[in-house]
Amino acid sequence: MSDVASSSSLAMSGGRKPLLDVEDLRVAFRTEEGVVQAVDGVSFHLDAGEVLAIVGESGCGKSVTGMTLMGLTRSPNARFGGRATFDGRDLLAASDDELRRVRGAQIAMVFQDPMTALNPVLRVGPQLVEQIRAHGDLGRDEALERARALLERVGIPRPEERLRAYPHELSGGMRQRVMIAMALSCDPRVLIADEPTTALDVTIQAQILEEVRRLRAETNAGVILITHDLGVVADVADRVAVMYAGQIVEQGTLDELFYDPQHPYTWGLLGSIARVDRPRPPRLPAIAGTPPSLADPPHGCRFRPRCPHAFERCGELPPLEARAGHPDRCWLTPEQKRTKRRVGGQIGLAHGDEEVAA
Amino acid sequence: MTRFVVRRLISMVLVLFAISVLTFLIFQVIPNGDPAQRMAGRLSTPETVAAIRRTWGFDQPIWQQYLTTMKKIFSGEVISYTQQVNVLDQIKQDLPATLSLAIGAGIIWLVLGVLFGLLSAIRAGRFTDRALTVLALVGVSTPVFLLGAVALYFLAFRVQLFPNGGYVPLTSDPPQWLYHMILPWLVLSVLFIGIYSRVLRSNLLDTMNEDYVRTARAKGISERRVLLRHVLRNSLIPIVSLWSLDFAAVIGGGAILTESVFNLHGVGQYAAESIAQLDVPPVMVVVMFGAFFVVVLSAVTDVIFALLDPRIRLT
Amino acid sequence: MATVDSTVRAGAPAARGADAGPAQPAGIGPYRLALRRLRRNKVALAFGALFLLIVVLCLCAPLYAAHVAHTGPNDNHVTETVKVGGVAKDVVSPTGQPIGPTWHGRFLLGADQNGRDIAVRLLYGGRNSLEVGGIATLVTMTLATIVGIVAGFFRGFVDGVLARMLDLIWAYPVVLLGIALGTSLALGGITIGPIALHGNSLLVPAFIIGVVYIPYVAKPIRGQVLGLREQEFVDAARVGGAGPLRIMWSEILPNVSSTLVVFVPLMIANAILLEAALSYLGAGVQPPNPSWGTMISDGIRLIPSAMHLTFVPGAMLVLAVLGINVFGDGVRDALDPRAKVRLEEHAEEASR
Ligand SMILES: Nc1ncnc2c1ncn2[C@@H]1O[C@H](COP(=O)(O)OP(=O)(O)OP(=O)(O)O)[C@@H](O)[C@H]1O
Ligand SMILES: [Mg+2]
Repeated sequence: MSDVASSSSLAMSGGRKPLLDVEDLRVAFRTEEGVVQAVDGVSFHLDAGEVLAIVGESGCGKSVTGMTLMGLTRSPNARFGGRATFDGRDLLAASDDELRRVRGAQIAMVFQDPMTALNPVLRVGPQLVEQIRAHGDLGRDEALERARALLERVGIPRPEERLRAYPHELSGGMRQRVMIAMALSCDPRVLIADEPTTALDVTIQAQILEEVRRLRAETNAGVILITHDLGVVADVADRVAVMYAGQIVEQGTLDELFYDPQHPYTWGLLGSIARVDRPRPPRLPAIAGTPPSLADPPHGCRFRPRCPHAFERCGELPPLEARAGHPDRCWLTPEQKRTKRRVGGQIGLAHGDEEVAA
Repeated sequence: MTRFVVRRLISMVLVLFAISVLTFLIFQVIPNGDPAQRMAGRLSTPETVAAIRRTWGFDQPIWQQYLTTMKKIFSGEVISYTQQVNVLDQIKQDLPATLSLAIGAGIIWLVLGVLFGLLSAIRAGRFTDRALTVLALVGVSTPVFLLGAVALYFLAFRVQLFPNGGYVPLTSDPPQWLYHMILPWLVLSVLFIGIYSRVLRSNLLDTMNEDYVRTARAKGISERRVLLRHVLRNSLIPIVSLWSLDFAAVIGGGAILTESVFNLHGVGQYAAESIAQLDVPPVMVVVMFGAFFVVVLSAVTDVIFALLDPRIRLT
Repeated sequence: MATVDSTVRAGAPAARGADAGPAQPAGIGPYRLALRRLRRNKVALAFGALFLLIVVLCLCAPLYAAHVAHTGPNDNHVTETVKVGGVAKDVVSPTGQPIGPTWHGRFLLGADQNGRDIAVRLLYGGRNSLEVGGIATLVTMTLATIVGIVAGFFRGFVDGVLARMLDLIWAYPVVLLGIALGTSLALGGITIGPIALHGNSLLVPAFIIGVVYIPYVAKPIRGQVLGLREQEFVDAARVGGAGPLRIMWSEILPNVSSTLVVFVPLMIANAILLEAALSYLGAGVQPPNPSWGTMISDGIRLIPSAMHLTFVPGAMLVLAVLGINVFGDGVRDALDPRAKVRLEEHAEEASR
């Protein structure tokens, strides 16, 4: 895996076409407060058998990125830009019908909130069967058997019973597994898992991540793992893209991100998990300040208002380019970064006063 | 389930009891409402009035009179003051008209309400939606008796497309029955079509934003299936319960105005006429009969609701 | 209405986030937002203005009567003539045919079979209809708010008793209840303690209509309060030593206020419609007092010969109710784009 991972994200890996190639993706929503640029020029690629993690604070556009790849954000109020090439076709330009054949079969998604993601008035079985039969020529009984096998595969005890259960009769963890079973039901080549472990307790989290890992090993699918949780990232990801306010601010392999982070925002994220005493904070720790409004983002570097290291140049938006091996969006030189990111012997984002020491 | 039935039965009996007492009292406290005086006529002697009072039991204490009336109602021999005919027979005679009206209109308003609501939601914000919204609001803003009178004048009097009111029993002449019912059905439906299409429209728009609809889309099933099985199905659940309550109210004499305008001689019209003559027994019976339907059907509605939405428990 | 719909869908995820939090203690925030949305909804504003215009016109009834028509609403002119374009015409012909619209100061919209000026009666009738609607709405909203909050807040026994009472009104066929009360009170009036109402007082139908609609408002309020009383800010107030009355007044009431605001236009519309229905059945505003409902019902038998008797008050009634309905629809959309409150459901039941 490491040969894939170490290649720069700008170059195609060894001339091979990636499974999914997203270029300059833009998504804007017209809302009451004005136009919200939820995703603003995001580029990444995903290879088969690889886990790409997208991390970032709440509201930075992670889910919108994932859902847009499946065409789930299409609406009269949404505007799209850029390209997302999958299997030689642009998902953004694909017709609803074409996209429908891809959805669920080739690209599947596990949604953020398992409590509301299942139809409350239908039993679990039919909800699984419906997808299986939409993409394969299976009879009702065969599909049901397949659904049962899927539930078993994701570790649900007594699957026959669960097939007849209504969603509200299942716990959150069970529902999340059902969602995963559903996503896996047609052996997708790309799995988008949107915070599959948030709101689950730690043991179940671990089991679900194990599922993701197994899926990759067994089917060689590419996985986009959207999460808040850097602990999860460290566990399963091959590569990481850090998002801030609709843009990718840094992208690299797991090692690059964890041991040689270039963007102050990434330092902030890492600063919180570096402490061994609290291994896995449930949410990203507070970096002082709040993320900017996507309806009216700051000029220049989006992180500038919260960045203790900002200087004049930051009034200009830094491009995403490789300054120290992997791409990031920060004007500081690699040397400056190396010194500034050390806070108390570990990587972190200095507060205003600590910065003097740096 | 047993608990539910028992609870509902108890509360039903209580409500019906309270309603009968209330109705009885309303007519007792009327200062000019001495029924003996009215039955005897204006030029009667005090003796006749006293005699009537004695034979009908008006000289007894109120609670005694109430008990007597209730006993008569349940033994089926309650007699009206003015016409002096058996009230239950009269209601039995009027019920077919009311049932015809309620069932026909109920089907029309359900079908058209759902259709318009669906259309409105699918085309939300566009011309069709706006036109339907305006129509619906005009529908709920027009008194049914005005609409009925206008419809009768233009469609029955001027153009003579429809008969000028009246009811023909289904059993005696089906085509004539249909011919006489069409206009009342449509007129009674207008209000409900307006309400239902608006309710369904906003249910649909809410449901379309639900996470599980997004999940359904993500499965790659057809858009038609998403709309029918996930959006429409879930949005219809409240409509179904709304329908059964409204239907109950219409059967229970709620279509008073429509029946009067079209002179259908239904239960509602009977009640209206009895009230105008301060004729207590028929009013008591009709009111209890109507309340009975409302209470029973609202229990049935809860059951239907629980069947359609597994999250709901009957308690 | 298009703008509102698009914001409904566009704003949905944001709104979902807001829903998750505890209900906001009352502030100007949501109302200011609602006002902004409402201001953009030109259709709703136009219809609201229409309703307001009708209200103002009706309030000016005495002015019109004194200075333009020179007659009161109940004055008969059966045997008189009126000059139309220099020609004297009977107000009511010997065959009983009332005059149609003259489009002049006197008998602008014609006369009825008693030779009364329709335009004057229309304005006075509107005053009565609106007054009944307004008072009824006040009665409904006040009582329903008290009942709903008290029942939801105390739960238990109090709730049980109040809920049974609401069930009673709910199950009582609405129109029948209205006519039963209306007819009996119209005959005798009623004396409650020091208040003595005459049978033809407007307060009688207003009060009846007000009572009839209580459950439609009280039930949703009660449901909302059941949820509110479990929230932190209520606990906080309780810990802070606030008594139940104080909590209900300053913590609960502000939080149900937007639901109440949404109900007001709807209730006005329904009360006006129910007044018309009761008057049609002879149990509402009592003659000779005019109201739109009594005018329509007086006219209906004469539609073939003098349709202005029905159509003039009919059109006025429909316009007024439509105005307030469209406006109310806009208010609801503005206050709650995800339409949490479902209110049309039963409230319009009575107008059949
Ligand atoms: N349909 C939509 N219309 C308008 N704005 C939207 C829509 N969907 C998302 N947004 C906005 O886009 C931004 C990004 O949302 P997104 O759901 O992608 O965030 P996220 O990174 O997934 O956050 P979280 O970690 O909380 O899930 C948010 O500000 C959100 O309000
Ligand atoms: Mg998200």
